[in-house]
Parts: sequence; structure tokens; C-alpha cells
Amino acid sequence: MRLILIAVFMFATGVVQAAPDGGQLYATHCAVCHGDKGTGGVGIPLALPSFLESVDDDFLRKTIRHGRPGRVMPAFPALSDAQLNAIVGFIRGWSGKPVPVFSYKPLKGNSRHGRELYVSYCARCHGAEGEGGKGTGVTFSRRRDLPIIAPALNNPGFLAAASDEMIRHTLEYGREGTPMRSFLVQGLSEEDINDLVSYVRSFSGAPVATDHVVGTDSPVLVADSPYTLDETIENLRQSIISQNFQLIRTEYLEHGLVEEGKEDKKQVVLHFCNFKFLYEALAIDPRVGMFLPCQVTVVQVDGKVQVMTINPMYLSHLFNNNELDDACKKMTAVYRAIIEDATL
Amino acid sequence: MKSFRCYTVLIALLAWQFAVPVNAEEILMARSLQPFPEAMLALQESIRDHGYTVSRVQRVDIGLTGMGYKTDKYRIVFLGKIDEVREIASKAPRMIPYLPLKISIFAEDGQTILIASNPRLYAAIAGDAVDPAVFERWESDLRSILHDVSLSE
Repeated sequence: MRLILIAVFMFATGVVQAAPDGGQLYATHCAVCHGDKGTGGVGIPLALPSFLESVDDDFLRKTIRHGRPGRVMPAFPALSDAQLNAIVGFIRGWSGKPVPVFSYKPLKGNSRHGRELYVSYCARCHGAEGEGGKGTGVTFSRRRDLPIIAPALNNPGFLAAASDEMIRHTLEYGREGTPMRSFLVQGLSEEDINDLVSYVRSFSGAPVATDHVVGTDSPVLVADSPYTLDETIENLRQSIISQNFQLIRTEYLEHGLVEEGKEDKKQVVLHFCNFKFLYEALAIDPRVGMFLPCQVTVVQVDGKVQVMTINPMYLSHLFNNNELDDACKKMTAVYRAIIEDATL
Repeated sequence: MKSFRCYTVLIALLAWQFAVPVNAEEILMARSLQPFPEAMLALQESIRDHGYTVSRVQRVDIGLTGMGYKTDKYRIVFLGKIDEVREIASKAPRMIPYLPLKISIFAEDGQTILIASNPRLYAAIAGDAVDPAVFERWESDLRSILHDVSLSE
């Protein structure tokens, strides 16, 4: 009995579990965004040789563990250390070069001078406050000759993962195949580069925009209408157009699910679009299709007419994308305005 | 008595092992190595195989290109079962804006990405009016559909 107990204990604590398969874990958790061969997509191209040559394993492990809050890359707190190592090992397999090792000793530099250099050399790509480039990955909405988005240097996930020496290495050598060029080649001295690292590290104390608080919004925007179903639909059409949206179509909620003519006529959906806004939203995050199409539903139950929509602000936290939060706020305001106009 | 104690410890250990929380994904995503047209066909086939009806396909890219914007293929596939849609719309009207289910599918450089929100999230919206098992089944079905497409050749 004791032997059985020991065996169960070893199984339960993972002692005898098979070593994690990095390729399988990568396929499960990473490939959908980073590509099955690491060529990038919604996520950055991990297989880029200059990337793998300039980051150490600890950077990769911490990046997976903590993610990039508000910058799409999710955190993976549930993966074990062994699983993290397996994924990192798999990613390393794309590079034939030795794995870089960086010291975690803080560098000393003049951050005030670093700020001056940052404004001149870095802010154009990395943002005035280190907030990073706009958009998400190299999906259809981005040029494919720009394989990487300037990272958000002020992101707590980045600052937790990157050592000073790793940042300095990137500044010194750049990353071939990306717009990041060597600052030594651009004429900066090693002392200048230390000053820049010192300034980047000073972002650690700065507040980062995380204005979306999960759970504070209702999942549905809803209002009672004092009008009949048909009147409310007509009001909504006018209201949608007045908000600079194009009415695409009006159909029953059950359209396509039942034979034509047998739909519940008291559940009507109005689809509409502002293509400029749509294009901009897809450029921010191609996953935004989860919100689409823009639609408002009118229902009549027991003689009472109600207008309702999803609340984009409620859903925005799903994307871990601060940039998208602004678009969601805007869309929530549009929905509210449309509903209010139509039901006043 | 000793044997009983051993069994108790054993059961406790097993319970602990299987009680370790699984990180629930809020967004379900999959990548198909196939180009968009083939992945789209596989998606619609799998949806039907799982007993759902494709109620409509929203051609987002067609609308965008029609307005002069450059974009790759991007579609939204709506799917549902009429009995379930009717039941949930009746029991939990707040769920109506989230009905029917949908899967976004878009081209990515010769491959295809599929995305859906995890129906498990809807349990919080529907409240007690709907058995959470329905949303768990939807999650399972969507996962299975996405898995099918990612493996299709």
C-alpha cells in the first residue's frame, strides 16, 4: 500500500510525468499568433535570427510568464517552469547560433542625457513615453516588409524581462531585418548607450495606461423604447445614419437558422458599418472581428419594445490591448448615442 | 484503520492533482496552414458536422475593398441551432446581442487564422436563467470545430 501511495504522490506532484514537449506546447499556446515556424503574424516573428541572437533565455521565459500587459501578448501563469523551458528550447531550435547570456547587473548611466538621446533617436518608433509602435503584428493590415512593431519599452512585462545588458546589446548591434539599427554605427558612444539604457530603465517607475478595469461595464447596452417595433426600427435607421454609419441590412435574428418566413418577426437586427472606423480597428487588432458586425437588436416581448447591443467596453479586456480600448470606448459611445436617439 | 487512512491520503492526492485550475482562455484561436478558401470550406463543413447551421457569412473584406480599403480576406461566420437560440433568447434576453455564435476567419500570408470568443463567458451574462452546461458544450464544440480546421488538409 505504501508503494502505491508513493507512486500516486510522484504522479500527483509531476515527478514521474513525461518531460514537456516544447513543440507541442508551442503549437498549442504560441503558433496561432507567432506562426508555426515563428515567422510572425499577430505576434512578432520569434524566428528572426537577429531577435534570437539578442535575447537570452531568461528574457524569453519571463516574457512568456508575464506577457506584455495591454500589448496583446498574454501572460501564461499556469505553465510550469519545465514547460516554459521546453517552449524556449523549441524556439531556440530555429537558431544555429549560441544562446546569448547577459548579466543582470544594473548599468550606470546619466538618464537625463539618456532622455535627450531617446527623444532624438528612439521616440519616433518607440513613442514619446516608450509606449511602443501602433498596431498588432504583421497581419493583413500591416506592411509585410516591417516584420516587427517597435516594442513598448515602458511596458512592465518588458522591463521585468529585459536586463540592462540585454537592452544595451540591442542598442549596440541593432536587429537586422527590422528598423532597429545599431547605435554604435549611428555614431553614439558606449557611454551614450549606457545613458539610454538608464533612461529606458527609468520607465519602471512611470505609470502605464491601463484605463480599462475588468468587470466595471455591463455586458449589454439596453433601453426600453416608447415606440412600436416598426417605429423603433425606423428611428434606429435614422439614428445610425446620423452617427455617420452606413446601414448594411435589416434582418431577423433567426435569419438563416430557419426556413425563410418562419423567423420570429419580433426580433430584428440592424447591421451597420463605418468602413473607415472598421479599417482602423482592424489595423489596431485583427481579432476585433469578435465585435463585428456593428449591430443593434430590437425585440418585442409582451408588447414591450427593447433595443440592445453588445457593450464593446465589456469585451475589450479580452484582447489585452490598450490601444483597442480607445476604439471600444468610441464604439460604446456610438452605440449609446444610437440607442438614446432612437428611444427618446 | 491503517488501510483506511492510506486510502484517504490517496484520494486527497488525486483530488488535488485534478483540482489544479486550468487556465481558461477567453479567446479561442486556431491557425490553419491552409490558404483561406480551403480553410473556409473546412470550417463550414466542420460546423455542419457538429450539428450547427451556418446562418450567414459576413464578407468584411468585400465591404472594405468596395469602399477603397486594401485588405486580405476577412469573414465572419454565424452559426447556431435554432432550438438553442430560441430557448436562450427566451430565458435570458440579455444574451440576444451575443446570438447566434460566430467565428471570425481571416487570411494571414498563405495561412488562415480563426477566432471566437469563449462561450463560457456567456454564463456570466445569462446568469441563472440558463444552465451553464449549455455554454460549456458550446465551448467544447467551438474548440472541436477550430481543431478540425487546424488539422484539415
